[in-house]
Parts: sequence; structure tokens; C-alpha cells
Amino acid sequence: MIGPGTRRRVEDFLIDYVQTIDDGGLDAWPSFFTPDGRYSITTRENRSRGLPIGIMSCEGRGMMEDRMLALRTANIYEPHTYCHVVGQPRLRDGGDGLIAARSAFTVVRTMQDGRMVLFAAGQYFDRISDDGGNTLFRERTVVLESRNVDVLIVMPL
Amino acid sequence: MSGATVDLAWPPDGVTRVPYRLFDDPGILALEQERLFRGPTWNFLCLELEVAGPGDYRTGAIGETPIIVTRDEQGELHGLVNRCAHKGALVCLAERGNRRSLSCVYHAWTYDLAGRLKGVAFRNGLKGSGGMPTDFDPAQHRLQPIRVEAFCGLVFGTFDFGMPPVEEWIGPTMTHFLRRNLGSRPLKLLGVHSQTIHNNWKLYAENVRDSYHATLLHTFYTTFRVNRLDMDGGILIAEGTPWHHISYAKRATFDEAAEYSEAEVHSAQYGSRLAGPALLEAWDEFEDGITHSIQAIFPTLAVHFTLNSLCVRHFAPRGLEKTELMWMYLGYADDSEAETRMRVLQGNLTGASGLVSLEDGCINEFVQRGTRGGGDGAAFLEMGGRDTESSRSSRATEVAIRGFWAGYRELMGFA
Repeated sequence: MIGPGTRRRVEDFLIDYVQTIDDGGLDAWPSFFTPDGRYSITTRENRSRGLPIGIMSCEGRGMMEDRMLALRTANIYEPHTYCHVVGQPRLRDGGDGLIAARSAFTVVRTMQDGRMVLFAAGQYFDRISDDGGNTLFRERTVVLESRNVDVLIVMPL
Repeated sequence: MSGATVDLAWPPDGVTRVPYRLFDDPGILALEQERLFRGPTWNFLCLELEVAGPGDYRTGAIGETPIIVTRDEQGELHGLVNRCAHKGALVCLAERGNRRSLSCVYHAWTYDLAGRLKGVAFRNGLKGSGGMPTDFDPAQHRLQPIRVEAFCGLVFGTFDFGMPPVEEWIGPTMTHFLRRNLGSRPLKLLGVHSQTIHNNWKLYAENVRDSYHATLLHTFYTTFRVNRLDMDGGILIAEGTPWHHISYAKRATFDEAAEYSEAEVHSAQYGSRLAGPALLEAWDEFEDGITHSIQAIFPTLAVHFTLNSLCVRHFAPRGLEKTELMWMYLGYADDSEAETRMRVLQGNLTGASGLVSLEDGCINEFVQRGTRGGGDGAAFLEMGGRDTESSRSSRATEVAIRGFWAGYRELMGFA
């Protein structure tokens, strides 16, 4: 049973996550996860075929921090921003004291010259820990509808 | 041959110059279909494991021409143009499946897995009227066959029935290395995805052969000592046909060269410790010391083996300025769980979000955009000399790119 207080915290948390990314606060991105948290981006095709290699896979905050360091200091790409639109999450008991959540999302990407495309659409599958009101992802799996990515993914979804 | 021609005079300096026009002239793209993709080349179609059993099929394309690969009940592979002999509709719509026969949805013409026409709906009409003329001969109407060959787990196809076998076409050096990576143990598919890159396919064909850029643009390589030009390594060019190549490095031989820091290249500018180092905890997979390699097979295939990450890359033209780059990650069927996990983690190095390679998603587009309005201008490729010979001591060279253009020029007839 997920009480109204928990539900509200989780819903706010899910919105805070996408707004942080959309506002360019990428350094804070790993802090949305437990220290051993997992983040991955895969596709509907890989998920349905049971294939383990998707597009991105981080085990633990360290790998997420490495990603953000690479994004800032190493990777070369054309500057762009995201605008996430997230649907109402469905929350369930996720076992092990965790909350399982699923929500649909779309991301519009805008390049520096104003070119704008529907960059990604898919589902978030989450396992969320809500210990004493401290809400964090134990696991966030991003499942893209399409196997195809336009240009590249450097910022997390 | 349609006899299409393009009026292109290659600059007098040969393959050290590459006319910008090759990347944005629609006439050249049309001519490539005829002379290159439907000409004397072996083209990657799919992984053999995708058509492992009787009745399995996989659709794909050679250039713009849609293709079906099937495996029949006797276990034989067939390559067919995916175009109904009746009206030209696609016969197979799904990317993959399993069927006992192939049936066009439009008018239900049915073919066996070798492409022979087996049934025409209402051939004799209904209630005594309609139907095909009495002299209609199904043997004269079939799916157009192409020649296919499976080699080291890769299925290749060609429109040219006079081609030598794949092994002979790519030569002993290329064959030996493909066997090392793909032919020694049964393969297992670990994941697939693709990237749309907004550039002509040939810019990516150059990119995978460009050992000069790899450690300058892809800073993760150099910083974390996965691949640097100050490791032992080299470029092997295929015998006879310099359009295929292997570039390799040996991580254990790292001997830091002053040039990296002195050149103040972008690639050496950040610290070299990972907060999550597990993805670089590689094990030695082979005894030859090679820990990083990329091998390109003309025209649109590359295979990389970076640390323990094995991947087949197929870059398919999707128009003049658009290419779909498909990543097919592989392991071996007998991998342990720990080995699979390492390959999964190292999947982070490449692909659409690759720590090492994501730049390639945009860098070729920057060339595509930069060369617009370039008129009769040409790229300049003299790093490492002007030849197309193997370079066993250095990868600070553009020899493999020159090799690609040597093959391209020959096949396209650009004197």
C-alpha cells in the first residue's frame, strides 16, 4: 500500500529529475540515485528480445559521475537542450521495501540554431527507495520506442 | 548497366585528394547503386545467427535495393531481391521471422524459400472466367536471386555472380583477423541499436579508417589509455585490394610520447581516473597482445574489438546526406556470466552514447556541412605519405582512407 504522502514525494521526485536535466543541472544527475544505483538506456527491441546491451549502462554513481565529467570535458557534440514531458506514473509495491514506478515520456531536443525534433519517446521503469522521506532511484531503466537515435545521446534521459 | 555517367575528373594528385562533390552530388549516389552496390562487391546483409534455422528470414538492403535472406529446409542460404515478380511490392515486411514460404500480401503470390514462384491466386480465374493466360509460366517469374555467402558469422550478398568467394576477395590478412574475432567460437547476440548520422555514407567509411583522428577527437581513448598512438600498433591493408584494412593497438606497450602533451591537443586535457573504473577491467582475450582493433570491409562494414567489446557496425546509406549506423554487439556463446557482464559494461565505450565514439555521430556531419559550397574543392590526405601500403610501425597515417578511395575510384570508373 503506497500512502498519499509517499505517492506525492515520488511524483515530485520524478518531476524534479526531468526538470533538473532540462534546466542543465547535469552535475546533480547522479545524486538522484542511491550510491549503488543503476541507470540504463535501452530499446523496446532489446528488452523484448532479452538482449543485455542497450545504449547506456551505469552501475553506481561513480559511472554516472564519469559520464558527466566526459560530457563536460571530453565529448564533442553540438550544444542542445532537452524538454521532457512525462506522463502520470503508475506506482506499485516493488518488493524489498522499494516502490516500482512506470511512466511514459517524450523528449524534444533543440539545437543551438533552433532546429527542434522529437528526439525520444518511451517508458521509464523505476525502482525507487523512499527511506525516511529521502527519495532516490535504486534503478532507472529507460526503454526507447525506437532502436534508432538521431545523431547521439550524451545527456541522460 | 543503365549506362549512367557522371562527369567527375579526379584531381591529379590521386587518392591524396578527395573531391567534396562526392558527398553531395545526387548523380554520384545513383551511379554508386549501379557500379558499387549492384556491382562487383560483397555487401554485409545480416548476422548468420539471425538466420540460423530452416525457415528463418531477415530483410535488409544492398544500397537502396531491398533484400531478403532466407534459410531453406535443407539449410541452404538464399538471397533474394525483396520485390514481388508481379507488381514489385515488398514481399517481406518484417525485419525478421520464420516462414515456410514467402507470400506477397498484395495479391498473394507465393514463393518458396529459394524464391521460386509456387502459387498465383486465382491463376485459373473464378467460375470459368478471368485468370492468367494459358501460356503463363510460373518458372519465368520468380524473386530475383542474388548470390549470398556466410563467412565468419556474417552473411554477405552480391549481385555479381562472377565474384570470387568472400575469403578470396578480402585476402588472407583480412580473413585471418575476421577468423580471430568472429570465426573461432560460436557467437551470441548481446544487443542492437542504430544511429542516424547526417552525412554521406562515405564520410563514415573514411571515419572508421581514420586512425589519425581516433586519439585526437576521442579523448576518452587517450586519457584512459585504451588506444593511443604511443602504443605499439599499426595498419594492415588488404593484399591486392587496399579498400579493406585493420587498425590495431596493444595496450600493454604504452610508452607515453611527449607529443600528446606538447601538442596541447584536446585529447590530453583531463584527469585520468575514473570514479567507476569497472568498465576498463578487461581481460586478455587473445595471445597476440592486441587489445583494440577496428577492421573495415569495403564498402559498408566494420568490426571493432575494443578491450572485450566486440561489435559489428554496418553503415547503410539512407539517402545522399543520411546514413544509418547499426551497432550489433556480440559475445561468444560459451561466455561466462562475468564475461558477459564485462562486455555489457564495455558497451558504454561505443554506440550512440559511447564514451569513446559518440563524437562520430556528429563529426562527419560537420564535414558534410563544412564542405557545402566547396565547389571543386577537395580534402587533403597526405598524413603518413601518399601510398596505400600497410603501416606496421605507426597509425599517424591516413593510409587506410587512401586505400578506401583507391577501391572506390576503381569501381566507380573515376579516372
